[in-house]
Amino acid sequence: MSEAALRTRPEQDSGPRATLRPAIAAKFAEIAAAQDRTLAELTDDLVLLDSGLDSLCFALIVATLEDELGFDPFTIAEDVYFPVTFGDFVRFYDDAAP
Amino acid sequence: MTTPRRNATPPVRRSLRDILRASPRLADRWLWGARRRVRLSDAAYGTGLGGRLAELAGRTALIRVGDPIFAALALIELDGVARRVVLCPPDLSDDDLPYVIETAGIDVLVADKEPAPSLRRLDFALIGAPAAALAAEPTSTHDTEWVMFTSGTSGRPKMVVHSLAGLTGAIRPAAADEPPPIWGTFYDIRRYGGLQILLRGLVGEGSLVLTAPHEPMTRLLGRLSRRGATHITGTPSHWRAALMNPALRTLAPRYLRLSGEIADQAVLDTLKAAFPHVPVGHAYASTEAGVGFEVTDRLEGFPASFVGAGGAVEMKVEDGSLRIRSGRTASHYLGPDAPALIEADGFVDTGDMVERRGDRFYFVGRRNGVINVGGLKVHPEEVEAVINGHPAVRMSLVRGRRNPITGAIVVADVVLNEAEPVAGPAAAAIREQIMTACRARLAPFKSPASVRFVPSLAMTAGGKLERTFA
Repeated sequence: MSEAALRTRPEQDSGPRATLRPAIAAKFAEIAAAQDRTLAELTDDLVLLDSGLDSLCFALIVATLEDELGFDPFTIAEDVYFPVTFGDFVRFYDDAAP
Repeated sequence: MTTPRRNATPPVRRSLRDILRASPRLADRWLWGARRRVRLSDAAYGTGLGGRLAELAGRTALIRVGDPIFAALALIELDGVARRVVLCPPDLSDDDLPYVIETAGIDVLVADKEPAPSLRRLDFALIGAPAAALAAEPTSTHDTEWVMFTSGTSGRPKMVVHSLAGLTGAIRPAAADEPPPIWGTFYDIRRYGGLQILLRGLVGEGSLVLTAPHEPMTRLLGRLSRRGATHITGTPSHWRAALMNPALRTLAPRYLRLSGEIADQAVLDTLKAAFPHVPVGHAYASTEAGVGFEVTDRLEGFPASFVGAGGAVEMKVEDGSLRIRSGRTASHYLGPDAPALIEADGFVDTGDMVERRGDRFYFVGRRNGVINVGGLKVHPEEVEAVINGHPAVRMSLVRGRRNPITGAIVVADVVLNEAEPVAGPAAAAIREQIMTACRARLAPFKSPASVRFVPSLAMTAGGKLERTFA
């Protein structure tokens, strides 16, 4: 699973700021395992609805990431925005990171 | 507005004072407070109102005292004399008094000390221990309304109207072959659960040990032990606190009772282990619905046969909530814009949600305590019952945490038994076991997303777990 995450590096990873992708990918794997879900390969263009996770899983991912990272981009984002793909999801966190 | 059914045949009105005077061994019976004690014969034949009782006939009195023993004495003096008595709970805020005075039509304050400047416009009567015999017998002409407060979750306090007949409707005479009971309660007598015990003590031929505000559990248990309390009552949260206290072992009760909150199997089992030979009952009662029923088989929930069985207390379940119709329910809320307390068919909707499993009903929580996880409802108590089943857990509070995906998710704050580690690998193992038990026994959306170990949980002044709704 984390291999899949490592295989698909996003473009902005070459930028000066570190991406949260490894932490997020690990969290997806952790919640999928806890909820007995089979997780699809986490590529940038993976549509979240096809990831094998349901909305409860995403709720748990967002809540536990907030505990670990100290922020929740859904709450602090100015626009009402909902990521569609795994790439969107990671970018959403990277952009909101303090 | 519906007419209470019990008004169909008005009973012959006897005041609390009349009832006391007719009961035996009055000189050997006591109210034991933390600072003072009063012999019931003095309460029945004397007055602590300094000669002012006659003036209070037909009036509407606000009973606001510091020491609950004076609330008991004021009730004995005023029942049958006043038109209405309004019993302030200990935590009623001064800010709410103007609303209460206006809504209940208060025209006299009965207190155990001089009132605050803001209340000096109100007529005032000081109540003390019975110091003199009554100069003239009060004439019991009024079917005094007893007004109690409910623990509303927010906003203004709700006032609920009862009668002495309704409040004492569940009290049965003491068994003739047993020594008179000495009641003890963790409740303040100014709340419904405590008032029931006061009335059992007064009407039921016993004595009563009263709590003091903010009294530490160790002191109260010491007083209960010294007075030889035989019948002891409290909420499950009170009992969990008492079970953590070594002084509990000094008691020699004949009967234990839980009410006011859902009694889960864990607390029933722990009480059984602590007092193997003592009957333990859990009772259903609420300020609005009165005393419903008692369960004595030491199992959580109640037999499904209770529902639809008729009798003095009729029960039905509609839209998942328990409804009760009996002569013990309150009649109405006070106030111009108060909602109906009794529905058109005479039943009170308790707002307590029940679920049938096999031949038993189980309480799953309050209608308004529900956590909504993406449209799926979670009753915190249902999750707490699973968590509390872990042997390392003393008590737990399950609540909703705001979540951008599902609106809310379930999280748990857990108090472990004293000997248990709250950090390190051993604590992590306990946390994992709790989570595993939840996942095994609950739907995924009901399982807590996180389990946090906390040193204690806040309780309301009424002895219930403090639940704040997200």
